[in-house]
Amino acid sequence: MLLHNQFEASAEHLPDKVALVADGRRYTYAEIDQLSARLAAMLQRRGVKRADRVAIFMPNGAEAVIAIYAVLRAGAIFIPISPQTKAAKLHYILQDSTPTCLITDTRLASVWEGVFGQAGSLRTVIVAGPVSERAGPPDTFLSFGATAPPDEGPIVHPGTIDQDLAAIIYTSGSTGAPKGVMLAHLNMITAANSVSTYLGLRSDDVIMCALPLSFDCGLYQVLMGFKKGARVVLEPSFAFPIKVLELMARERVTVFPGVPTMFSMLLALDTLAQFDLSSLRIITSTAAALSERHIRDLRTLLPQATLFSMYGLTECKRVSYLPPDQLDVRPTSVGRGMPNEEVYLVDEDGKRLSPGSVGELVVRGSHVMRGYWRKPEETAKCLKPGLYPGEFVLHTGDLFRMDDEGYLYFLGRKDDMIKSRGEKVAPKEVEGVLHSLEGVLEAAVVGVPDPLLGQAVKAFVVLTPGYRYSERDIITSCLASLESFMVPKYVEFVPDLPKTSNGKIDKKPLTGLA
Amino acid sequence: MSDAKDLIRTYIVDNFLMGRRGDNLTSETSLLEKGILDSTGFLELICFLEERFGITVADEEMVPENLDTLNAIDAYVRRKAASGV
Repeated sequence: MLLHNQFEASAEHLPDKVALVADGRRYTYAEIDQLSARLAAMLQRRGVKRADRVAIFMPNGAEAVIAIYAVLRAGAIFIPISPQTKAAKLHYILQDSTPTCLITDTRLASVWEGVFGQAGSLRTVIVAGPVSERAGPPDTFLSFGATAPPDEGPIVHPGTIDQDLAAIIYTSGSTGAPKGVMLAHLNMITAANSVSTYLGLRSDDVIMCALPLSFDCGLYQVLMGFKKGARVVLEPSFAFPIKVLELMARERVTVFPGVPTMFSMLLALDTLAQFDLSSLRIITSTAAALSERHIRDLRTLLPQATLFSMYGLTECKRVSYLPPDQLDVRPTSVGRGMPNEEVYLVDEDGKRLSPGSVGELVVRGSHVMRGYWRKPEETAKCLKPGLYPGEFVLHTGDLFRMDDEGYLYFLGRKDDMIKSRGEKVAPKEVEGVLHSLEGVLEAAVVGVPDPLLGQAVKAFVVLTPGYRYSERDIITSCLASLESFMVPKYVEFVPDLPKTSNGKIDKKPLTGLA
Repeated sequence: MSDAKDLIRTYIVDNFLMGRRGDNLTSETSLLEKGILDSTGFLELICFLEERFGITVADEEMVPENLDTLNAIDAYVRRKAASGV
């Protein structure tokens, strides 16, 4: 069984059902099936082979969904890249993953135009939207629409099996350079099966996805929805919550996945009660644990929906969920392991701990990644031999407390990585941007507890005498170079930073200060 | 270009397009579609508009029709200023 087979089965049973609502258009299962098959055949004709990487740098939309299934059906590996990614990081990802094809959007041209020329591995760039003449050589550039003539012929079965990689998803690495999480078809099918089982997703569900498809929580809405034969309503962003609410009411949405920052925006709206959300039956929240106030407010305002609080990381997609009947009993817990998965804590020596202790979280199951792309040393640090020969378990680097009944409570990270909005933030990456600002002498970035984000990013900055910046100046400068989840929420100007005896910046007292 | 539009344009170029060419930012460029602002960016923009122009952006006004292009923002700020809220 391959990841796209789940979608193909739905397309066969429900060809005329609307599978996707995006950009104001409705697409049936048969249409997505045909469009992705044509693009897959086109990719093969352009020389994309089994195990080739294909980068997908697009905003949420029908083309992104079609591209994902086309890459899988061609036997290649898709790399979803956030449309918020800036040029320097895009350049890094293309250098690291050496894709033979980039599928992108003309709206993001200002980011990729200056970058694709340096990515020597690229032979084909497929662009949704009008392609400008200055983009590049016409033998490399193809328009997304033009890649789908009906006479492309059938896809040649590439011979993919479930041990092959389906996707590489980039996540922050502690050195500051992003790492590609390698996920085999088996890993992703396993995660999709476990999550859709405990949520109880059905074929008559209508799933609202305003999370980016480059983020695994967004991606799995499509994968699980299409596996179930459900309908997915896709929005590019949650920037305009009222637009999302209008769409949810109009489409009679039944499942609404979000992250705590989205629920916070939603609950801040005075007009929330004006929208008819009576069809909503499931709300899921992932990333940080929801605050008790958010839980109370969501249940008061949307009593028709069952609320699932969940936790995960890209390396295995999902770790835990809190069964809804436990929300009142242990609201600060992110729950316990999901079906077909084992989770436990280990001490510093890797020894397994019994419930009731504090330690590093270890995850065991077929959803655990195959490692970091071309980073064997970093892979060896987190994938360690499991119970049986040939098996590897994931040492997450996340510190948890586990209560006597096996429920997990997030405490922090083993390394200095920050966990904000459910995504890892490498302090080095943020410090690099701060150092590039004129007049910044030194900078140190730490995580501080935050009820909404899990941890918030805080920057301590030492300025060269004569320079003046406000907190806002620093924050907005960071927004220009970093994806927004990495941007400091707090900036404190200090005369100097604490140092160890070897002159290195000592972050421990800063975390205390914060 | 009106003074208000000029100010808003400068704010966006200075804060969100650092190191990137500002000449791609026309009065009709969609800030969301071009990846210039995301949800956090729009909240920043709203703070800026409220502080700089002394207006209050109501829930129902947080829509692309008011905020997604320089022309839209300019027209919205003028309407708000004229209505005195």
